[in-house]
Amino acid sequence: MTAAAHPCNEAEDTHVPQINVRVDGTSYTDDVEPRTLLVHYLRETLGKVGTVVGCDTSNCGACTVHLDGEAVKSCTVLAVQADGSAVTTIEGIADGKTLHPMQKAFHEMHGLQCGFCTPGMIMASIDLVGDIPEPSDHEVREGIEGNLCRCTGYQNIVKAVQQAAAEMRGAGTGSAPATHEAVAQA
Amino acid sequence: MTAVEDPTSTASAPEKLVGQARLRKEDARLITGDTTWTDNMTLPGMLHLSVLRSPVAHARITHLDVSGALDSPNVLAVFTGRDFAEEQGSLPCAWPVTPDMVNPGHPSIAVEEVNHVGEAVAIIVGRTKVAAQDAVEKIDVDYEPLPVVLDMEEAVKDGSPLVHDHTSSNTSYHFVFDAGDAGTGGDTEQAFADAEVTVSRRFVQQRLIPAFMEPRSVVVQPSGDNYTMWSATQIPHILRVMAAMVTGIPEHKLRVIAPDVGGGFGGKLQVNPEEILCLLVARRLGKPVKWTETRSESLMTAHHGRDQVQFIDIAADREGNVKGLRVRLLADMGAYLRLITPGVPALGAFMFPGIYKIPAYRFECDGVFTNKVPTDAYRGAGRPEATFAIERIMDELAVELGMDPLELRRKNWINAEEFPFTTVAGLQYDSGDYGKATDQALQLLGYDELRAEQQRRRESNDPVQLGIWFSTFTEMCGLAPSRVLGSLAFGAGGWEQASIRMLPTGKVEVVTGSTPHGQGHETAWSQIVADELGVPFEDVEVLHGDTAISSRGLDTYGSRSLVVGGTAVVKAAEKVVAKARRIAAHLLEASEDDLEFTGGKFSVKGTPGAGVGIQEVALAIFAAHDYPEGIEPTIDAEATFDPVNFSFPHGTHISAMEVDTETGFVKIRKYASVDDVGTIVNPMIVEGQMHGGLAQGISQALYEEAIYDADGNLTTGTFVDYLLPSAADLPHFDTGNTVHPATSNPMGAKGVGEAGCIASTPAVVNAALDAVRHLGVSDIRMPLTPERVWRAIHGGGDGGDRATAGTNAYGGASTETSSGVSTEASSLGGDK
Repeated sequence: MTAAAHPCNEAEDTHVPQINVRVDGTSYTDDVEPRTLLVHYLRETLGKVGTVVGCDTSNCGACTVHLDGEAVKSCTVLAVQADGSAVTTIEGIADGKTLHPMQKAFHEMHGLQCGFCTPGMIMASIDLVGDIPEPSDHEVREGIEGNLCRCTGYQNIVKAVQQAAAEMRGAGTGSAPATHEAVAQA
Repeated sequence: MTAVEDPTSTASAPEKLVGQARLRKEDARLITGDTTWTDNMTLPGMLHLSVLRSPVAHARITHLDVSGALDSPNVLAVFTGRDFAEEQGSLPCAWPVTPDMVNPGHPSIAVEEVNHVGEAVAIIVGRTKVAAQDAVEKIDVDYEPLPVVLDMEEAVKDGSPLVHDHTSSNTSYHFVFDAGDAGTGGDTEQAFADAEVTVSRRFVQQRLIPAFMEPRSVVVQPSGDNYTMWSATQIPHILRVMAAMVTGIPEHKLRVIAPDVGGGFGGKLQVNPEEILCLLVARRLGKPVKWTETRSESLMTAHHGRDQVQFIDIAADREGNVKGLRVRLLADMGAYLRLITPGVPALGAFMFPGIYKIPAYRFECDGVFTNKVPTDAYRGAGRPEATFAIERIMDELAVELGMDPLELRRKNWINAEEFPFTTVAGLQYDSGDYGKATDQALQLLGYDELRAEQQRRRESNDPVQLGIWFSTFTEMCGLAPSRVLGSLAFGAGGWEQASIRMLPTGKVEVVTGSTPHGQGHETAWSQIVADELGVPFEDVEVLHGDTAISSRGLDTYGSRSLVVGGTAVVKAAEKVVAKARRIAAHLLEASEDDLEFTGGKFSVKGTPGAGVGIQEVALAIFAAHDYPEGIEPTIDAEATFDPVNFSFPHGTHISAMEVDTETGFVKIRKYASVDDVGTIVNPMIVEGQMHGGLAQGISQALYEEAIYDADGNLTTGTFVDYLLPSAADLPHFDTGNTVHPATSNPMGAKGVGEAGCIASTPAVVNAALDAVRHLGVSDIRMPLTPERVWRAIHGGGDGGDRATAGTNAYGGASTETSSGVSTEASSLGGDK
């Protein structure tokens, strides 16, 4: 199901709530069908297609975003539940052209192959490191258990999360912050 | 594996990029969300498709009323099989493995009859996906049930109900490879008659689901009589040819684009019913259309993999010299033959002898129809099945002989000095050293220490027992020499194409026919071209996946990209340099023979300083003011590479498994592998491919199984039920390499994409058996669920099944179907 339509005309339930939500720093106001999932609102109404849908059952975590700073699977949140909230997606975590340490670490540790799970994996990992600033191998594996990756076997993701955690708590490797351009030319 | 090695550059030679762990170019868009997945596409006026799918496995459609859906808001059209019966043709099967193979035809949408759960019955075209989806349940269908055929061993018996009533049996083909007849080995029956020891086993390769993370998605845009299709596919080139042949759209009027593709693993090596249906609907309506599957549609209708029952016999003398091997397979085709459905088990025929010198060998395979979704390629495609069987039976033979299984392997494997070696299956293995890889893997694992711990646990009767075991494997990869494919009746060649365009500013466009979906071609090809042309890595752009840009190609599967596609890139670069040399000689007023080319610069031997860079040559020939008479003003070049042989990676994988004898829970304690994939272009990417392959191979051993109930319902139709391992379910992998270059390509590279997946499954199962063999357990059926392991330990046999009655693995277990059970608690949010 999606929210791309404005189904006010022929829908049986004529009450279409309006929501105000701040996504990646921009405020939006939209009428949304009550059944609309947050992920469909992001992708199809706002065009925030960096966040993706990987399953129907909240198992894969590919759609993970931050809702008021907490990682959520945006397929388990209704768009109306985000009313009045701030949502951060993969498209909103870089500081201008400077990548978030987690993005940089996934690149440097080869924590992605096809990259489809990556937005959700990065968003979940940022939240994990917020809770556990210095996670052990085991804590990373348990912490990202709700995000499935079919390509990497997870080992390099674990390394990436630990490298980013070090950088985020100020114990980084000292490498310069990466930019979009630098990664593209890596 | 050490990711970065010091380049062995000398002062004069420029630093080579091949061999370096360069970070990936393609990451930039993938880590920021700037991606172009097919489902991201929106086009003006685009319509959305949803598909009504059969809820029954085998039935005649007796009544189909779509009026309710047509009356739904925002629904523009509804199509059934009857609407497309005259124009849909049959989905292609490119691999008729025998001349008399029975192909019942594969409609994209059912017309009279459905043959598996999930088969398309009607298509709804809506203004939005919501509108199309909402209308699905407003279609009224009556089905007259037909007998459901699920179990292969039953299906091949005389008198079995038929999947297709216009065929005479459920057997599609009977494929035989006999080394005696082929002249590559002795008489197999004689070898068994003369043998001092024979061991026979029946192994089950359960049905798996590729489960790529990006669901399939298709967009078709008509424009006059031209069509552009975007699809989440591994094979845009093959798809274009096949879709043109199926629909009658002329090939030159059809452009296929694979944008960012989120994994495939063979699962997107297909011409899908929905790809054809999108074309048919777009042609009928003259409007752009999109279809994106849900995960449950994906698990239910995208092709599955594996699903074989293997009967394997091995013959030897008392000293452990293997004398013969005999294999009989039942391979589940599912309800139809898709692109290479019949070829997958047949390809395995050549790998059952593994790394061993076996004097006699016979292989027979029956392809069997059942009322399930078709099987087709899944990572390894025929080779994991073969490797599993040979590595398991070697252990069973060792037990029978009372011999150390590693000793048995050493006694029979091909020795390093015997390469190139022609096997009993007729393949010529290129290079390797099985002993060296094995020794290195033993060291990496800490073998002796773990064996000592195993001994302690045995003696103390520890409830958690430890097992340590091997898989020593090889595989054929780099599909494939076109003549070999021709001899196997495959419908295409195995060459690959590349072209290199030298732009006026000195930048380089590399066009490859091998379309990636996570493998890192953009990075690896840039490394190759940077070395060949001496241009900066950053100056190379790799273009792929669009038939309008990359006009010739055979795409990505079978661990072929680097060894075939990468070699085409090397060949094209060599031609660019040769063409540039003539221009450079002209510009430098020197003889071509006096020029040397190093670090991207042509210079006259013995005249340091003077020279011209290849990027300058590109500008000069673009201007074309001054170039030799009689040649074209371009240094662009293209090349097509057709390999003369496969390449044969090999390796030794060792798994240490803990088995809790009280709960049946198995856990990987340690995993070490040493692989030989020839010359390595990017060690970081190679290690990543190994990790991913290991995860999938281990997952076959421990977690994954597509299960059908007695009515043919897939009961593992969501990620709740089909267990993909999470980070918490997989161990740390210790990986290493030996390097014996391939001899079939100039880089010396061997394929790596499938190696981990092929080798790991038997290593894990063998190790788990090693933990409990002293308790009387000689086999446990995959996946090694706690239930099965517990049953094997406490009840004997191979653990029976958690499988429900519709699977080939069904052995009379009492697990009931869960289909159709819906409770308040199980209802998903939003469902009414």
